[in-house]
Amino acid sequence: MSKLFIKCPKCQTTHFVSFLKRAYYVCSKCSYHFRLDAPTRVKILCDKGSFREFDANLKSLDPLMFPKYKEKLETAVKKTKQNEAVITGFCKIGGSGTTIGVMDPRFIMASMGSVVGEKITRQLEYSLNENIPAIIVVSSGGARMQEGIFSLMQMAKTSAAVKRLNDAGLPLFTVLTDPTTGGVTASFAMLGDIIIAEPDALIGFAGPRVIQQTIGQKLPKGFQKSEFLLEHGMVDMIVERKDLKTVLAKLLKLHKQDEGRRGVK
Amino acid sequence: MNRKDIDNELLILKKKIRNLKEKINLGGKEKTEEIEPLIDEMNKRVENLRAVSNKMRAIDVVRLARHPKRPTTLNYIKYIVRDFMELHGDRRFADDKAIVGGIGYIDNIPVTIIGHQKGRNTKDNLKRHFGMAHPEGYRKALRLMEQAERFGRPIINLIDTPGAYPGIGAEERGQSEAIAYNLYKMSGLKTPIISIITGEGGSGGALALGVADRVYMLSNTIYSVISPEGCAAILWKDATKSDEAAESLKLTAPSLLEFGIIDDIIDEPGEGAHTNHEETAKRIKKYILNSIEELKKENPMELTEKRYNKFRKIGVYIEDMPKDPLINGE
Repeated sequence: MSKLFIKCPKCQTTHFVSFLKRAYYVCSKCSYHFRLDAPTRVKILCDKGSFREFDANLKSLDPLMFPKYKEKLETAVKKTKQNEAVITGFCKIGGSGTTIGVMDPRFIMASMGSVVGEKITRQLEYSLNENIPAIIVVSSGGARMQEGIFSLMQMAKTSAAVKRLNDAGLPLFTVLTDPTTGGVTASFAMLGDIIIAEPDALIGFAGPRVIQQTIGQKLPKGFQKSEFLLEHGMVDMIVERKDLKTVLAKLLKLHKQDEGRRGVK
Repeated sequence: MNRKDIDNELLILKKKIRNLKEKINLGGKEKTEEIEPLIDEMNKRVENLRAVSNKMRAIDVVRLARHPKRPTTLNYIKYIVRDFMELHGDRRFADDKAIVGGIGYIDNIPVTIIGHQKGRNTKDNLKRHFGMAHPEGYRKALRLMEQAERFGRPIINLIDTPGAYPGIGAEERGQSEAIAYNLYKMSGLKTPIISIITGEGGSGGALALGVADRVYMLSNTIYSVISPEGCAAILWKDATKSDEAAESLKLTAPSLLEFGIIDDIIDEPGEGAHTNHEETAKRIKKYILNSIEELKKENPMELTEKRYNKFRKIGVYIEDMPKDPLINGE
């Protein structure tokens, strides 16, 4: 977002980028939450100077030799200056230590291939070893088709890692942002002990177009939006972006292990 | 030229090559010079045929995997399980007929057996949603699996689904959560789980019964993150290019065995499972019994540890020398 002006995709209002930045990239007119890249999200959420990245050196290969996948990866790496669609690391939020994973929709729609699955799993294992909670800020188009069966298996791998974290009495907090769909929703995203959604985010398993084609009728208004999921009991709360850090800080504080029960590092 | 013709010709060629090689062994140097070019030529022909055969294979296999006369879970149960009792419902919302499950004996071993259920005709298929489960289907399956764990029964899962049902009700009742929770729970169930893909292994809907200690595929089945049609529609904006997509996705049993995703391939009889239900069931039964025999030797801790590691190690990537990592998002 290096331009001077930016238009709200929802209400078409033109914003100064500098103003928008101060408003956490939320439209002042219609409260549309702009999609955020991972570094921006990290800056908004983590205490200043506390973020240390893990596994930035993991890179995708092309195990299926899938048409045009290599080029797609190269373009994404160039565009984002990141090796993959998720950034993971340690940070403090409101003074409490946690691991955090942030998916980046600029990178092949933050789809999950081997590297995304591996980085999320390692993040959860780090939490387990260090006895701290884990946070994942999710946005994803789903499993990464170009890595075929390897992508599908990342769903099992990450879900099993969440189980291990929970078995050790440690929480996972997930923040679902626009869009959260497919195999990522059907694995770690919906396994949060506490699930937060940003307002008006698309969250679901099957894409709206696929559903519409299958049932051959119009979808109800607001279908698969955060508010719809809250109504149907699928998320714990909807939190506006400006309040997100405060809410996460509170959750981390409340879940701090007391020294008697477990060894705290 | 269909697959069978190719296989036949390959056999004949291999025989001829073997004969020629024997002649070289018997004859002297001149014979060798005479025969070697012939062998080279034949080897080339073999390679070409293999290429053609591989090229045909993916989409052919997709068609066989979806063959309307293939045995369904209830067919297999009839042949494999004695005293089967079907159990119904997820105790939350409904009984999803796209997944069936119950208890019975395989030989003299009490088991829990669960599987996707496709219909034989349109009417049946409407009831069964073509084997595409709603959340209540996955929740029923998990209920039965947890029950199996409680009473120390091995779990057999037969997978045959185009995928999870894409519909309004499915989303309202938490399709994603239901699948995710199955993956989560299955990774820790303290009883042996054996999953066999008997037809279509369609994406998350298949995986929701697929986190197992042993995963097998029948020889004419597929296991994929997306259907070839769906892939073609996204990639080339053209669903008719599904043969190319099927090829690219590497969704057949030999590829998956090579990738280490499955443990073995169960050969189908004759032209495919649909030509001989009973024999296919017999072969599946053999694999189930062998697996139970192996798995029952492991204590529950070992079992879940090994299952965890089986999935933990899946993934293809490289770890470069550390580049400057992001600090504070900059």
